Amino acid sequence: MSQSTLPPRQGLYNPRNEHDACGVGFIVHIKGQKSHETVRQGLELLKNLTHRGAVGADIYAGDGAGILIQMPDAFLRAECDKLSISLPEQGNYAAGMVFLPRDAANRATCENLLTEIIKREKAVLLGWRDVPVDNRTLGESVKLVEPFIRQIFIGRGEDCKDQDAFERKLFVIRKQVENAVRDLKLDHGHAFYIPSLSSRTIVYKGMLLADQVGAFYADLSDERMVSALALVHQRFSTNTFPTWDLAHPFRLIAHNGEINTLRGNVNGMAARRHSIASKILGDDMHKLWPLIHEAQSDSACFDNALELLVAGGYSLAHAMMLLIPEAWAGNELMDEKLRAFYEYNAALMEPWDGPAAIAFTDGRQIGATLDRNGLRPARYLVTDDDFVIMASEMGVLEVPQHKIIKKWRLQPGKMLLIDTEQGRIIDDAELKANLSSCHPYSEWLSKTQILLSELPAEISAMAPDAHTLLDRQQAFGYTREDIEFILKPIALTGQEPISSMGIDTALAVLSERSRLLYDYFKQGFAQVTNPAIDPIREELVMSLVSLIGPRPNLLGLDEGGTHMRLEVEQPILTNQDLEKIRRIETRTGGVFKTKTLTLCYPSDLGASGMEAALDKLCLAAKQAVEEGNNILALSDRDLDVAHIAIPALLATSAVHHYLTREGLRTEVGLVVETGEAREVHHFALLAAYGAEAINPYLAFDTLSGLCENIDDLSEYEAHKRYIKAISKGLLKVMSKMGISTYQSYCGAQIFNALGLSEPFLDRYFTGTISTVEGVGLKEISEETTRRHRIAFGNAPLFREALDIGGEYAYRLRGEAHTWTPATISTLQHATRSNSYEKYAEFCRLIDEQNEALLTLRGLMSFKEDAAPVPLDEVESAAEIVKRFATGAMSFGSISYEAHTNLAIAMNRIGGKSNTGEGGELPERFKTLPNGDSMRSAIKQVASGRFGVTTEYLVNADDIQIKVSQGAKPGEGGQLPGHKVDAVIARVRHSTRGVGLISPPPHHDIYSIEDLAQLIHDLKNVNPEARISVKLVSEVGVGTVAAGVSKAHADHVTISGYDGGTGASPMTSIKHAGLPWEIGLAETHQTLVLNKLRGRIAVQVDGGLRTGRDVVIGALLGADEFGFATAPLIVSGCLMMRKCHLNTCPVGVATQDPELRKRFTGQPEHVVNYFFMVAEDVRQWMAKLGFRTVNEMIGRSDKLDMQRSLNHWKTQGLDYSRVFYKPEVDGTTAVYNRESQDHGLDQALDHTLIAAAQPALQNAQPVVIDTPIRNINRTFGAMLSGEVAKRYGHKGLPDDTISIRVKGTAGQSFGSFLAQGISIELEGEGNDYVGKGMSGGRIAIYQPKDCPVTPADNIIVGNTVLYGAISGECYFSGVAGERFAVRNSGAVAVVEGVGDHGCEYMTGGVVVVLGQTGRNFAAGMSGGVAYVLDEEGDFEKRCNMAMVDLEPILEEDDILEAIAHQGGDLETHGRVHIMSDMTRNDAQRLKHFIEKHKRYTNSARAQHILDNWQDYLPRFVKVMPVDYREALKQIQAEQAIASC
Amino acid sequence: MGKPTGFMELPRTERHYASPSDRIQHYREFTLSPSDAEVAEQGSRCMDCGIPFCHNGCPVNNIIPDWNDGVYRGDWQQALDILHSTNNFPEFTGRICPAPCEAACTLNLQDQPVTIKSIECAIIDKGWAMGWVKPQIPEKRTGKRVAVIGSGPSGLACAQQLARAGHEVVVYEKNDRIGGLLRYGIPDFKMEKTHIDRRIAQMQAEGVRFRPNSHIGTDIPTQKLLAEYDAIVLAVGSEKPRDLEVPGRNEYEGVYYAMDFLRQQNKRNAGDTIAEDVAITATDKRVIVIGGGDTGSDCIGTSIRQGAASVVQLEILPQPPEKENKLLTWPMWPNKLRTTSSHDEGIKQRYWSVNTKSITGKDGKITHLNAVEVEWKQEGGQWKMSEKPDSAFTLEADIVFLAMGFVHPVHEGLLKELGVELDRNNIKADDKQYRTSVDKVFAAGDARRGQSLVVWAIREGRQAAKAVDEFLMGSSELPR
Repeated sequence: MSQSTLPPRQGLYNPRNEHDACGVGFIVHIKGQKSHETVRQGLELLKNLTHRGAVGADIYAGDGAGILIQMPDAFLRAECDKLSISLPEQGNYAAGMVFLPRDAANRATCENLLTEIIKREKAVLLGWRDVPVDNRTLGESVKLVEPFIRQIFIGRGEDCKDQDAFERKLFVIRKQVENAVRDLKLDHGHAFYIPSLSSRTIVYKGMLLADQVGAFYADLSDERMVSALALVHQRFSTNTFPTWDLAHPFRLIAHNGEINTLRGNVNGMAARRHSIASKILGDDMHKLWPLIHEAQSDSACFDNALELLVAGGYSLAHAMMLLIPEAWAGNELMDEKLRAFYEYNAALMEPWDGPAAIAFTDGRQIGATLDRNGLRPARYLVTDDDFVIMASEMGVLEVPQHKIIKKWRLQPGKMLLIDTEQGRIIDDAELKANLSSCHPYSEWLSKTQILLSELPAEISAMAPDAHTLLDRQQAFGYTREDIEFILKPIALTGQEPISSMGIDTALAVLSERSRLLYDYFKQGFAQVTNPAIDPIREELVMSLVSLIGPRPNLLGLDEGGTHMRLEVEQPILTNQDLEKIRRIETRTGGVFKTKTLTLCYPSDLGASGMEAALDKLCLAAKQAVEEGNNILALSDRDLDVAHIAIPALLATSAVHHYLTREGLRTEVGLVVETGEAREVHHFALLAAYGAEAINPYLAFDTLSGLCENIDDLSEYEAHKRYIKAISKGLLKVMSKMGISTYQSYCGAQIFNALGLSEPFLDRYFTGTISTVEGVGLKEISEETTRRHRIAFGNAPLFREALDIGGEYAYRLRGEAHTWTPATISTLQHATRSNSYEKYAEFCRLIDEQNEALLTLRGLMSFKEDAAPVPLDEVESAAEIVKRFATGAMSFGSISYEAHTNLAIAMNRIGGKSNTGEGGELPERFKTLPNGDSMRSAIKQVASGRFGVTTEYLVNADDIQIKVSQGAKPGEGGQLPGHKVDAVIARVRHSTRGVGLISPPPHHDIYSIEDLAQLIHDLKNVNPEARISVKLVSEVGVGTVAAGVSKAHADHVTISGYDGGTGASPMTSIKHAGLPWEIGLAETHQTLVLNKLRGRIAVQVDGGLRTGRDVVIGALLGADEFGFATAPLIVSGCLMMRKCHLNTCPVGVATQDPELRKRFTGQPEHVVNYFFMVAEDVRQWMAKLGFRTVNEMIGRSDKLDMQRSLNHWKTQGLDYSRVFYKPEVDGTTAVYNRESQDHGLDQALDHTLIAAAQPALQNAQPVVIDTPIRNINRTFGAMLSGEVAKRYGHKGLPDDTISIRVKGTAGQSFGSFLAQGISIELEGEGNDYVGKGMSGGRIAIYQPKDCPVTPADNIIVGNTVLYGAISGECYFSGVAGERFAVRNSGAVAVVEGVGDHGCEYMTGGVVVVLGQTGRNFAAGMSGGVAYVLDEEGDFEKRCNMAMVDLEPILEEDDILEAIAHQGGDLETHGRVHIMSDMTRNDAQRLKHFIEKHKRYTNSARAQHILDNWQDYLPRFVKVMPVDYREALKQIQAEQAIASC
Repeated sequence: MGKPTGFMELPRTERHYASPSDRIQHYREFTLSPSDAEVAEQGSRCMDCGIPFCHNGCPVNNIIPDWNDGVYRGDWQQALDILHSTNNFPEFTGRICPAPCEAACTLNLQDQPVTIKSIECAIIDKGWAMGWVKPQIPEKRTGKRVAVIGSGPSGLACAQQLARAGHEVVVYEKNDRIGGLLRYGIPDFKMEKTHIDRRIAQMQAEGVRFRPNSHIGTDIPTQKLLAEYDAIVLAVGSEKPRDLEVPGRNEYEGVYYAMDFLRQQNKRNAGDTIAEDVAITATDKRVIVIGGGDTGSDCIGTSIRQGAASVVQLEILPQPPEKENKLLTWPMWPNKLRTTSSHDEGIKQRYWSVNTKSITGKDGKITHLNAVEVEWKQEGGQWKMSEKPDSAFTLEADIVFLAMGFVHPVHEGLLKELGVELDRNNIKADDKQYRTSVDKVFAAGDARRGQSLVVWAIREGRQAAKAVDEFLMGSSELPR
């Protein structure tokens, strides 16, 4: 790996945060027949994946692309002959692609190093060849860093007995050269890189666009260039920096996805250094380190790990299964042997977790595998002339239909392998059956596996007396709120408690109070580059299993069944569990040996004694391991008046990193016994910094104390509920980042530090990045000693009681808040009386933070060094308010009154209000008689897609994709049934009384290129609207924003962590995300560095309140400003934090009709507020010498830090990274002044719209015919937008616009289809068919000449019908994963579906006439599904948490039909059969199958209809329980009403 | 905490009073105590606000939601602990505080506030009844000596806090009994004095020593104190009453300061005898009370109990609105018409916008009060008063009580001797350090901030105690 050409860390930009995602594919001849055609086809395939990549500011500069092929012996031999290099027989020589510095001296150094190491390793240097390249089409930025590309030829040395040994030697040579070059730190050393060095494969890649690869490398067009396989990759990275080395394919893989657990995985590999041993590699093992270099992409790291495993003797497939295992824990459907295989291997390697489609090859075998949750698409086909083509989507190569014998997809966790030597496809089942029966894994397991739960009981510690309990609670910083808001609710309900509104308390580093170390860390979360997981609905992929203790030798292939392992089901240990671990030595015959190390040190040493105590602890840990202990229990139980405890988190991380550095970490397990941990966040942190299991004894003791005062609550039950709640919370925190197993979360360090100094972090939390510096060990130990003093001191307040807390609710003696009685009432009085004087008083209260520092910006000051300008020369307030928007608050979370109040006000001033998630009543799109408008200018599109109709989208000025929300980034939401009244049900297209679930991720955004697709979709529907993406501030958000800009978003919002919510778990409100100051600055800096700033508008939101906030936002780089809580307060909100209870006493956040009457807000008040803020901004501008806001944007040089403050914790803060202003030339835009090129002009829809004019203008029917290809994406959406603009949601009569299409459609075929349009596709669809469908009909069937049976044909890809509102679909073939997710009302018939079908569905009908995957109907709260269950095992694959399975009854339906309809279904049948979902099932089912037959000519449908009496009993109806109850309730009400 | 929907289900129910005809027959308290269940029910109306405005509206920052929840759940003892953590004397404030907390209660915005004051009173009354209120004797003594001058609510709160911090505290009081304004200013029918006696006993057990009949600066020279104590707290109140400077004021007998009148009745209730020649009584007299505040009301209630022939009340300010514009006033203390229990006991008339011009009389005794109606206009942010033309009128009067407030602490004697700097005639000291210009001398309560509420006095006493403790020890663990 070279030193990267990414820019160095500067300001908040850190190259470590870069992400990429991509398109991947391969073509292979199964029998290994080599041809140049295969190479050519590979390049063609690559070209057709172009839309999955991106271009940066320079349109000739791609993100990288490449191709991996088999060694082209004939070609190379001929070329070498010309150079007088004589190559040995094929297999005995290797060719290496080498990127070298252009600088001659540096190049010579690199070449000499290579020569030297080759010699040292007893291989033979045969010669060099300059690779001919043609860089004419390359972008300027790329040319600047173009390496000098040469091929090196190396002959097999005599000590390599065969080709495999030779390959290993080549690996050893390459690692040494890479590390040696890096160590030399050459000026141009970063250009040195070896894309491949092998006797079997060769890689041609570079910083190229897909179509440049062939042109750049002349070699590739040579007819002699033959291969039986070609693996290609098109990259989409989040930056525009030319990085030749990061292009794929790597030596063994090409990857589409993201490794979320990278940090932990890389640490894990490093930690093995001293314990790893390989018989095969022998002493060469030691030459490989550092095995994985920091600061390269996740894919490159993965490639490094895979190389090691393969070199160490694993087969390619086995190694892939080690790195990316299937979800095996709790999978009842999995074969016993295979489960044993996975379980056994789990101890060897923690999963490399994240969404992934990885294609891999060693030149003989080629294959691909998918992550456990199937989050990336991968489809393949097999032809009758022995080719397999696999790619991210279908249609990448033109293959005559009649030649295709199979079309299928890669399923979650499954593998496809083609062995060209055996000349056959080895399917997943065979492959894994072979591997899992190679060794007696289950026998090994039963011999070595010790389950903690099965060890005999021990006597454990009991809860102490009340006085001791109080002292301990105080020493560990417990507050009354910890008891009242966290522990007590958990004891009563077993659930993590919910709260509402945002956090407005002081950051830990700014707080006067002594805060726990945990408060200085904020949880990281997935946004855009990878999806969060739903840990409840998709529980099947999650696992909390933790292995405690030493790990087996990763490369000890022959040591199977010898290494004992200790397993716990989840990492929270009861006192009893801990005791078992402590005494494990005698119970396991000495295999395990536990040593307890105390975290306590004498209190008379005070705060300054902690450093030495930590050093001592680390040494003691090392010594304990060396003495043969293999489990360490770090314990703070010794805390008492004479002993202070080192914070458990600090101690854990310090020991973990110390042992990692010493190479001892994998030889020992770390267990933490602490009184400190009590809430989910604490456990997550301990885990992320190395704890394999945690015993929170004080939380248990506290619960035991509570039980005494709560009737009917036993100690056992309280402890059980607590463990359950914390476990669930842990799953949530892990899943936020898209991590599914505790094993890989452990040590993964998915946290942002806030307010901790870099030296402190480097020493004790190595690898965690500091953004604003802050406190170090001195302050942390001072805080700890203060708590100790409170516990054992004599303060009257704490003699009998805990500290009040004041975090969750305002308390005078508690933590400081921004919103106080004074700030709220002053703001309300000011805006109600339109008094600038009062407003100024409000600003003083907010801005003057002398006593109580709350926010990072509180410490900022302005450099008033420029000449002020007269106030009347400053841009007018009326202009400035146009940059203001109100935040996304859904109608549902707030009342109709509050929602429309904000909309009217914003429309009056020309600002923008935001619908929030949950749609908008169409009546609001019309202007009111008095000229006011209740239409929200910003229409939000969130993961639930509630109310996102085509009509809704065309009525938007901005369409905002909510990727994350400040209060709960990475999480979904839930609107409980009791809040869904008739109006909300109407606007959300759901059923009154039925709860609604928003999934944590958008199921059409699993990566950055998916986001680009969604942006493209929305832009098609409404080309006039700006497309916005809402992100939450965290480390790395700037990089994501750069990707968002490259994905053609017009607008990006950076939200602070302190954003509000209607209901979220407390852990999320408090502990996830960063202040906007950091995220905004990082975003602006990264966009400017990438020259992407000009084409995107940046909005900041999260706790903006005054003009000063706005000015700071602008100086740090914002064009626009979002306000949510402040205008809500102006509208009457009092920060009751009762939104989740529906009891808001001022009618703001409630749907209760009585309480809504109490709403007192007026649009005037909100208008007053924004004008006063704008006036305030103007006054600052005048002072700072700015006439326009644009001049002010990004002028972070105008900001300074107040250093004079006398505060014990803030002295170490350093804002220089936040204030960093990247150097740019005069032409680079630093504010939004350009627009994105969305490439809409190429849309097929322009033709459709032209042809559909008679229909659009006069509703006259038209018929349109068109061919289609995979590059024609989002077909039909723009046309649908036109229909919705003219005819609204009700659209046109059925079939008014009838479109007949042939070919393989690109992604999002028929998305947002409007009523009145019907599309018939002969061919196949890719992902997202019918996304957001709002009416109309789609029918897809395979071409008549395609010989594949539809049951074996993937006719549409993943995530079909996501968020559909209405309409009908008929697919004669099988659909991929997540079919009809979040369907609100569409009808679909399909002949088979993948995993997670009908997830979160709330309405509509789905008929499945074939196989269904796992987890069907998870989170399904409405609508019905009919599944043909021929094997009778559907129940096993259905998630039964919310649904019942019912047989389909026929008799009463027929009676009903005769009585009411006379069987005339065709004329008014539809109304009838959809009117009562609780009955008429047989009729309904038959009706839709008949239609399926009619529109697709499905043989399957015909067969079923022909044998209806046989088939009917085999269908099961999937009926959501709540839905049935709600329907019955509504029917009963209607019956009463009609009496 | 609390019952989320309590406020939607239950109306506010205040404590009931005995009927006026009964209660004017005696001088005892006439508020009827609600049952525990009623209190719990009222407590359940508390919404446990994310921002409890009451908590801030209350000058001692009572943690109201927490003890509301306590009584709702039936955990009275915990409620009492929380209440005592901010307020030394909830039985005083529970009876006589005008309850700015209730004005600030979120429910007061659009509904009826929680009966915070009644709940407070119920908690402490139960505490005393159950024997939960016990002396808190410090574990360690510091050996530092502090003199507190003045035994009103501020001095008492200060003394109690200092004693609990382990200091040796001596309270000096110029009157014969301890309690200051609480003892002699507040009529028994508002607050019976046993409440004070109980607290004094508690404080004595905690180590506070009381020295009544000790007028510092008059009986005892200040130098003696300065020499003997490590710190001195001036909690002498703001006792200089505002006078009525009109012709006839000093010419005719029958015009008295309200406090002189109220003190006498309190002494009588305590069993003292007032000599005939100095006795001020309203019996069978036509009474005019000048001043529309709480002291005025106390004069009315006392006059009616003494059997006055008639009682009228004059106020110079205009009649406030019956209902305030809550959107512009809440959570502040609003200016609105307040009718006290004394008004319900038989006042003849309340006059507004009236300025007294002169007193006339016969035989050296007052017979009439001459007044004029006034108008108020705002000029440049200042309210200006002018007389309404041709609006002069005359009222018959046998006795006039001046309840027009207090202007500042008495300067003569103590303050002059000490030589403390003044600020707008009050003792100069800030509300962080509470230190006067004289070394080791502190000031708290009305003497420092000017006339105010009992609850403010308690707040100042507590905070000053912490300041003194910090001064003496370098740091303090006392809560503010």
